[in-house]
Amino acid sequence: MTVDLNLVGAKGAIAEAAQGKWGMTIDQDICTGCQACVAACAMENNLAFVGEEDAGYGRTQHWIRIERFWDGEYPHVQATPFQPMLCQQCGHAPCEPVCPVFATPHSPAEDLNLQVYNRCVGTRYCANNCPYQVRSFNWRDYHTVPELGNMVNGTLVFPLHNQLNPDVTVRRRGVMEKCTFCIQRIHKAQDKAKSEGREVEDGEFTTACAQACPASAITFGRVDHPESLVSQLAHQERGVKHLEELNTLPRVTYLKEG
Amino acid sequence: MTATSKYLSGAHEAHDSHHEEDPKQYLMYDPKPRGEMNAMVMESMHTTSWKFWVVLGVLAFLVVTCFFFAWGYMIDEGLYVGGVMRPAYWGVFLVNTVFWIGISHAGTFISAILRVFKAEFRRPFTRAAELMTTFGLIQAGASIFMHMGRVWLSYWMFPIPNARQLWPNFHSPLMWDLLAISTYVLGSTMYLFLPLIPDLAMARDRSTGWRKTFYKILALGFRGTEGEWRHLTVAMNFFAFAIIPVMFSVHTIVSWDFAMAMRPGWSSSVFGPYFVLGALHSGMGAVAMVLFVMRATMKHMDYFIRKEHFDALGKLMLMVTFAYTYFFFNDYIVQWYGGDKATDNLLHWLEEGPMAWMFIQFVFFNIVIPPLLLWSKKVRETPWLLALIGLMINVGMYWERYLIIPVMLTINRMPFTWKLFQPRIEVFLTIGTFSMFLLFYMIVSRLIPLIPVWEVQEGQMTHSLRKVGKAKLPTISEFE
Repeated sequence: MTVDLNLVGAKGAIAEAAQGKWGMTIDQDICTGCQACVAACAMENNLAFVGEEDAGYGRTQHWIRIERFWDGEYPHVQATPFQPMLCQQCGHAPCEPVCPVFATPHSPAEDLNLQVYNRCVGTRYCANNCPYQVRSFNWRDYHTVPELGNMVNGTLVFPLHNQLNPDVTVRRRGVMEKCTFCIQRIHKAQDKAKSEGREVEDGEFTTACAQACPASAITFGRVDHPESLVSQLAHQERGVKHLEELNTLPRVTYLKEG
Repeated sequence: MTATSKYLSGAHEAHDSHHEEDPKQYLMYDPKPRGEMNAMVMESMHTTSWKFWVVLGVLAFLVVTCFFFAWGYMIDEGLYVGGVMRPAYWGVFLVNTVFWIGISHAGTFISAILRVFKAEFRRPFTRAAELMTTFGLIQAGASIFMHMGRVWLSYWMFPIPNARQLWPNFHSPLMWDLLAISTYVLGSTMYLFLPLIPDLAMARDRSTGWRKTFYKILALGFRGTEGEWRHLTVAMNFFAFAIIPVMFSVHTIVSWDFAMAMRPGWSSSVFGPYFVLGALHSGMGAVAMVLFVMRATMKHMDYFIRKEHFDALGKLMLMVTFAYTYFFFNDYIVQWYGGDKATDNLLHWLEEGPMAWMFIQFVFFNIVIPPLLLWSKKVRETPWLLALIGLMINVGMYWERYLIIPVMLTINRMPFTWKLFQPRIEVFLTIGTFSMFLLFYMIVSRLIPLIPVWEVQEGQMTHSLRKVGKAKLPTISEFE
């Protein structure tokens, strides 16, 4: 059921919508910061390799990143848990209303924030308004940057093109992109379940980051099914949501200090 | 008149202590025959020295290289040639946009508000100010399109019917922005054109060759009959009143691009009036600079633009400075008092980060120095000094916009992403927009009368010196 949260008197509906449909938990206590999720995400979703210079300047194309913090000054430094940060698929997303061309709408069917690459004109307002700073912009056609290719017998080849996922668009320059919760996997699982005449089972499929995590810190599933693993984890006492005070209704729950 | 003010108003008059100050120093009480004045304005349009062509050539070169070539290169290569990145997704292009819209405000303010309130000193420089509005808006519009990632699809922001029934999102402040700015462009261009018609007709009657054809087309066959004047006056009145709310709303809406966003430093409810005052602040400074350059470079301009005009403009600048100061403190102190953690980080970053020099310059140039200088009539009446203050205010206001956009974007709620913005191709494109503004101004100064002659003449007809006993008293009659 979809409720327009912009309507007056939608307060009760907000609490209900806070639950969402697809959700994720990330256990910061067992995350080792190995970056396997980052690599898996890049391969699954055809993220571009931007090169050293642009990555150093803050133009990495990562839909998930491992944030590393520490307490105190050197040498009395105390490490804090790693914090993988990805699109929180907000139920009440700040990025959605600011797009002038509806390139980042809310999906009523999946209850996710979509990004329509074809429609995006590149005003970058959504990225500015995202409190989690998880959107990445295609500053150039990174998939065909000459400096990042290999010269073989006088022709420029891009070996990384061989691993592109055919289920996912290769984005061109000038458009915004962000984590989709591997929506192609969601659709695949739903199609399969539908053809077999059943519901999608919990744990039948998962996102690329959750699949790659060696410590199983990331769990993905239906947060609106109380018996699913993800909602059982999310309802533990150590679950926190980031920047909850902004009323963004994030779908990702962080577990820490258990 | 006290002795002090007499001393300040000019050394050559100081010895003359028996008389009131000479009314002839005021343009309105120093009338010239209409034919002579028309000839003066026509001559100022025709006179060009070699310096004019050199400057024009340099500016044209800069426009071609820094504006068209640099922009084309950026469209061809992608936005990576600029300095924008995470977290500063918005950069200097929007700084330029806000700056040029700010500049464009003074035109309407001087011309429409002062016309509505019948402030007599506006008469000789309304046109110069209105031209700033139009040319500033051209630069602002170009900067918005520079900023877009896929500028070739920018028409998707317009509500054009299409097969997929996709409509622009009217929830987005950028949409409001687009509507407000395009309304302002149309309105201010009309408002520039209407008072220009009688002057174009005057120029048509006094030129030959291609100029005659040019003015003939633009003057729309204006002959100066009673009926035409009546219609023109009604239309000008209508636009003067209509453009004022548009002017106030347009910068408020520009400020909403920031104020509506959920970012520390941006989501401030006072941004609307703060931006409007900031726009007037920089616009007044720009008018002072333009008047100084006009007076220094164009023929006969010292007759039309006098000390009294700089004085009046200086007073306006002083008033706007005080109003701006109020909103500056209102914005920053309320944000500081709010005690939000992210805002706290931001304010500390501004005062002691690597861009602190910019913040301090901005405070000094906009808030501290102008009132310390502008209180003095001697300063206000010195054109080059007023132009210098105007330049200082404009530098300060540019810093203010720079602080609000890329510098404030540096600090957000995710400390992991904090990163300082560095402009790259933006430097060239900024030079390009500035050169284009100046180039347009220079070309137009030789094409249309920069002085609204009919308005000056109208003013001089209403002002007269009446003899009462031995004294000559200045009187003003209502014209309409």
